[in-house]
Amino acid sequence: MTIAPDAPAYTGPIAHLTREDIEQLGRELDAIRQEVIDTRGERDAAYIHKVIKVQRSLELGSRAVLLASIFPPAFVVGTVGLSIAKILDNMEIGHNIMHGQWDWMRDPKIHSTVWEWDNASTSEGWKHSHNELHHTYTNIVGKDNDLGWGIMRVDEEQRWTPASLFQPAMNFLNMCIFEYGIAMYDLELGRVIRQKKKGRRPSAEWQIAAKKTLAKIRRQAFKDYVAHPLVSMVTLSGPTTLLANLTANFVRNVWTHSVIMCGHFPEGVETFELKDIPENESRGEWYVRQMLGSANISGSKFLHVMTGNLSHQIEHHIFPDLPSNRYAEIAPKVRALFDKYGLNYHTAPMPQQVASAWHKVLRLSLPNGFLESTTVRNAPSQLVKLVKAVRGDTRTRRRLLKEFEAAGAASVGKAI
Amino acid sequence: MESMVEISTSPALFAPGEARRPAWRARLSRKAWGVAEKIATPLAPADYLDMFNPLRPGADLRGRVVKVTPETADAATIEIKPGADWAGHTPGQYVRVGVDVNGVRHWRAYSLTHGPRKDGLISITVKAVPDGKVSSHLVRRLRPGKIVHLEQAAGDFVLPSDLRGHKFLMVTAGSGVTPVIGMLRNLFPVTDEGVVEHQRLDVTVVHLAPSRPDSIFIRNLESLHEAGAIRLVTRYTGSEGRLDIDTLTELVPDLKERKAYACGPAGLLDNLQAWYDAEGLPLQTEQFRLATVVTGEGGTLTFTGKTVDAPGDKPILDAAEEAGVLMPSGCRMGICFGCVLPMKEGAVRDLRNGELTVARPGETGPEGVPIQTCISAAAGECVIDHPAS
Repeated sequence: MTIAPDAPAYTGPIAHLTREDIEQLGRELDAIRQEVIDTRGERDAAYIHKVIKVQRSLELGSRAVLLASIFPPAFVVGTVGLSIAKILDNMEIGHNIMHGQWDWMRDPKIHSTVWEWDNASTSEGWKHSHNELHHTYTNIVGKDNDLGWGIMRVDEEQRWTPASLFQPAMNFLNMCIFEYGIAMYDLELGRVIRQKKKGRRPSAEWQIAAKKTLAKIRRQAFKDYVAHPLVSMVTLSGPTTLLANLTANFVRNVWTHSVIMCGHFPEGVETFELKDIPENESRGEWYVRQMLGSANISGSKFLHVMTGNLSHQIEHHIFPDLPSNRYAEIAPKVRALFDKYGLNYHTAPMPQQVASAWHKVLRLSLPNGFLESTTVRNAPSQLVKLVKAVRGDTRTRRRLLKEFEAAGAASVGKAI
Repeated sequence: MESMVEISTSPALFAPGEARRPAWRARLSRKAWGVAEKIATPLAPADYLDMFNPLRPGADLRGRVVKVTPETADAATIEIKPGADWAGHTPGQYVRVGVDVNGVRHWRAYSLTHGPRKDGLISITVKAVPDGKVSSHLVRRLRPGKIVHLEQAAGDFVLPSDLRGHKFLMVTAGSGVTPVIGMLRNLFPVTDEGVVEHQRLDVTVVHLAPSRPDSIFIRNLESLHEAGAIRLVTRYTGSEGRLDIDTLTELVPDLKERKAYACGPAGLLDNLQAWYDAEGLPLQTEQFRLATVVTGEGGTLTFTGKTVDAPGDKPILDAAEEAGVLMPSGCRMGICFGCVLPMKEGAVRDLRNGELTVARPGETGPEGVPIQTCISAAAGECVIDHPAS
């Protein structure tokens, strides 16, 4: 979609807003931000101190319990505890501290410049790819690595290729090994491999970053898969401790992947083309892109903490540096602005958002219009056509893709 | 007293006892520590140990507040149990205390108001100054049990190690009495029976304050005077007016023979210093409150090895880059925190909302105040800890 409302024949979700409306919306959001900054203080500091304390106690306690994990109850309790501890570390603590949400406390130990998290990717690499690229170029196809992590088709306007058929499987695999997936795209491994094929050597900076990431992965793996199980051998609990660590890392991977999918992937969340972003995007325009490109998860307090308050993805994307415990408080005000300016505040319970995100991944793995125009009756003929599109030459494929698109549009029209 | 002084060295990393251990034990404990580090990653073992004992040997230097005793309406003495690595102090020295006020870490220097004590506690006496958020917090809101951050004692406002053959003059004004009371308490320990005078010393204390009730430690000074340990001369400026040098020489006829110490506000110290300099006599002073940071529109940026001018409407990042400084940068809109650098001294203005961030020497932590250079403009003379090339 395009974000410039005065572009010719524009029909997007902000077509009804004038440039002045957008700037006014920006000013109103700035006021909400200022209100939080003016009241930031002891209560917020106490919150993050408490979360850190709970996380460390939980991690230490769970690892201690796992020393006796040969007994099934200890295995279950320890594994659940360690999974939650890792999720808290990554989400409510690590992600948010690295965003600079707690820098204002001037605590040299809880600061974006020094924090390291329990994850394969280095905080340094993460801050670059996530804070700088993803949060600045949110949902801009080709610029935002988070959007499909560079391996998926996330927008109808992206060209469909037979390889797109594999993206649900790729996404599932990425979910299982998500911490390594993050490390890989922090390093832009895909780009580097493509360049290598062309005979270009990766830069010296990249080699340093890659070395640091490998060292981090080694340290993380040594702790979880060697040191902890070895200590557990005292009670012959080594193998079960290894299994518990594997499980906890897996659970953390699946959970973080799901939460992040909910943030930008559900159906109805906008993606943007670089060509449509104005050269000098104003603060108001940037705000609107964040508002339309994010989706929230509704749920309990516990869910919000476990998602690192990314359940307030909209608020987080508008104000990435405000303390996460404040997102829930400002959410009603932000939502009121969405209503005032006639924008769609995208929120739903987690199962719904996860399903919606997976639906989009599946839908876009197929040619545009394919899913919409397929019924039980015409399924066989549609499949034959799809196989032809995969096997056929470029011209055949182009013709078939057009047919799918037309059929899809027609069936949607009929439904209405 | 709150005093402005050079930033002292960071706390010692190891317990003083460490050096005395046999070599094999040191090696073994280093090995054990190495294993602990591998298990605690990505945190440090200290992060977990601090949960149980923040005052243990090897921890960052901290202290636990034991007691807060009001001295006057707006001053209180705070007794602190320092961490195991506290290396002790000489009376008259100060300690830098880091305390979280409204969630934000602040550092201030306070004189230690005791000699080394048998119970191992240290004490500071703080006067709540108007608009002083740290001093007000310490006097009115600090409760026993609270952990504060410390640095090792520092400062050369101390008595000579050999006291024989000296006569002393101590000029104190307001809460400038605090380092002096530390020295006097060490020289003349007080028990229930009164002052135990174990040294024959000739000490004159000239104390200035607006009034008697405003004077911290006035009862201590008076009882030392009554016991004959010191000669106390008070001057209550509220009723008796300001003290000038002529009056001082009248009050203390043998002024020139005395080794002189003075602690109080800058104005008083400047006048005294000028007189002593003119007379060619030494004067030991302790500055009362900090040099203020002058804030304005624009200013300069001093990097390691280069100073550049910076206008008040341009991000520091841009100004520095235009001057050829290699700067870390990211989104250039204040969201990614990729451009954060520590400011050791100075003031910057947030270009988004006009908010000032000030780093005063002596009041900032050893690591400086981190600033986002892409949305901050200079608002004074800023010293930034970053190489110019």
